[in-house]
Amino acid sequence: MSTPPEATTAIPVTRAEYCVIACAEAWRGAGEILAAPMGTVPTIGARLARLTFSPDLLLTDGEAQLIADAPALGEAPRVVEGWLPYRQHLALAATGRRHVMMGASQLDRYGNQNISCIGDWERPTRQLLGMRGAPVNTLNNPTSYWVPRHSLRVFVEKVDVVSGVGYDNAAAAGSSASRYHRIPRVISDLAVFDFETPDRSMRLRSLHPGVTAGQVADATGFPLAVPDDVPHTREPTAAELRLIRERIDPQGLREREVRG
Amino acid sequence: MSRDKTMTPDDVISRLENGMTLGIGGWGARRKPMALVRALLRSDVRDLTVVSYGGPDVGLLAAAGKIRRLVTAFVTLDSIPLEPHFTAARQRGAFELTELDEAMVMWGLTAAAQRLPFLPVRAGLGSDVLRVNPQLRTVTSPYEDGEELMAAPALRLDAALVHLNRADAHGNGQYLGPDPYFDDLFCEAADQAYVSCERIVESADLLKEQGTGPQTLLVKRAFVSGVVETPGGAHFTSCAPDYERDEAFQAAYARAARDPEQWRAFGDRFLSGDEDAYQAAVAAFHHQDHHQDQRQDQRQQGDV
Repeated sequence: MSTPPEATTAIPVTRAEYCVIACAEAWRGAGEILAAPMGTVPTIGARLARLTFSPDLLLTDGEAQLIADAPALGEAPRVVEGWLPYRQHLALAATGRRHVMMGASQLDRYGNQNISCIGDWERPTRQLLGMRGAPVNTLNNPTSYWVPRHSLRVFVEKVDVVSGVGYDNAAAAGSSASRYHRIPRVISDLAVFDFETPDRSMRLRSLHPGVTAGQVADATGFPLAVPDDVPHTREPTAAELRLIRERIDPQGLREREVRG
Repeated sequence: MSRDKTMTPDDVISRLENGMTLGIGGWGARRKPMALVRALLRSDVRDLTVVSYGGPDVGLLAAAGKIRRLVTAFVTLDSIPLEPHFTAARQRGAFELTELDEAMVMWGLTAAAQRLPFLPVRAGLGSDVLRVNPQLRTVTSPYEDGEELMAAPALRLDAALVHLNRADAHGNGQYLGPDPYFDDLFCEAADQAYVSCERIVESADLLKEQGTGPQTLLVKRAFVSGVVETPGGAHFTSCAPDYERDEAFQAAYARAARDPEQWRAFGDRFLSGDEDAYQAAVAAFHHQDHHQDQRQDQRQQGDV
């Protein structure tokens, strides 16, 4: 904390920090809902959004408590403002007052996500976690995805198992499935994506500085919609950098999740 | 005064039969009835259908070949994302799987507890939950909206095992940690439910611990067939505030579970005796671990 602000912010912005900004932006304008991040970078992003442009967000301690402050990663909150055991967390999804950012072992062009298993479901070559809450999340509240290492293994033409429902499958399943279905963002270590295209296929929304559209295309197993003019993911402000580096993640855990 | 339901872990397991549907409380590697699971490992009971928000309970039972069918939304050790015994068992096709969504499990248990055939849920539609479970059906709202929803089937259980912080001899169970998980639902959805706990106390003492209001009394005796006192009975999963997850031991478990040779040695060392032998072996593990750390510290200091 004794570091003068000029010294802290003079260090160049890392890739991980652009990812934090991109994650935080996913919760801009979300209002008084629960931000439910999974993974280190999304957790920093949610706390940054709460400390800056989305002060009404609800946050958890990762267990059953809603926290009124945004402590450093791994530190206990000073103020607990609510109780959210798993039974209430699952029910909260159905109220829609939540925007979750999940991981994805596979993700396809319409936003179908797989965290269940790789290969044939009957006899998988690699068993993963299981469906978890991906089916209920995607039908009930906004669900974004965070991929810390963008690769052809993750961004595939077709997922082996549909855990989180994409736009094509939501539409095919009818109005009950699609009425609250929304995938606002996919954020990887290379770029930010959305589904703001006529056929709801994945579109390149912004490139993290230092990354080219060609690099993204080479690491993606399906054709991406690429606008003529793709902006860069925005720069953090000096105040945001200080919050990330000194207050929320002083140990630099973000750099372990995203290697520059 | 209602009857005394105290028994031993082996008494509980003697009430179970081959082919039963068994619900296991807790969540992932949190407050699992591990002493009862260990007793089950020592028994001949097999061909179980296990319903669980899965953790090492599922891993251990799968490794021992006790599971015919697993009903779950996930299996994880939390701080270690993938459960090695579970993933290996799935990859060799060791049991059948009913893979559901987390909310479908919750509403399935709720339906079972309330003697309903199903409950409507907005989950599963559009996902492969429907593809891999061809027995699942949807239901159409009879009201004006006409919505088509998932009919999450009741998950009725022959028996349930849960672990709580405290209980009385009559089966009133108390949790003192931050999350009840779904242990009350597991008990209410089961024909017979067994509560293990860190300590059995007098009914009059249940609310004497600091900060314990009546809302901590999670499980009602009307749903409980047996109560077992098993200190450390959730080990190596967490049982806050009595103890946190034993991360060092869990890491050793996961390492051993990835290699058949190492797993045999682990089983010989920790799982070949009764619960007292297990707890003694765990204490010895930490004693040795502690000395190893000290030796390492001394070496590192020597290096400097």
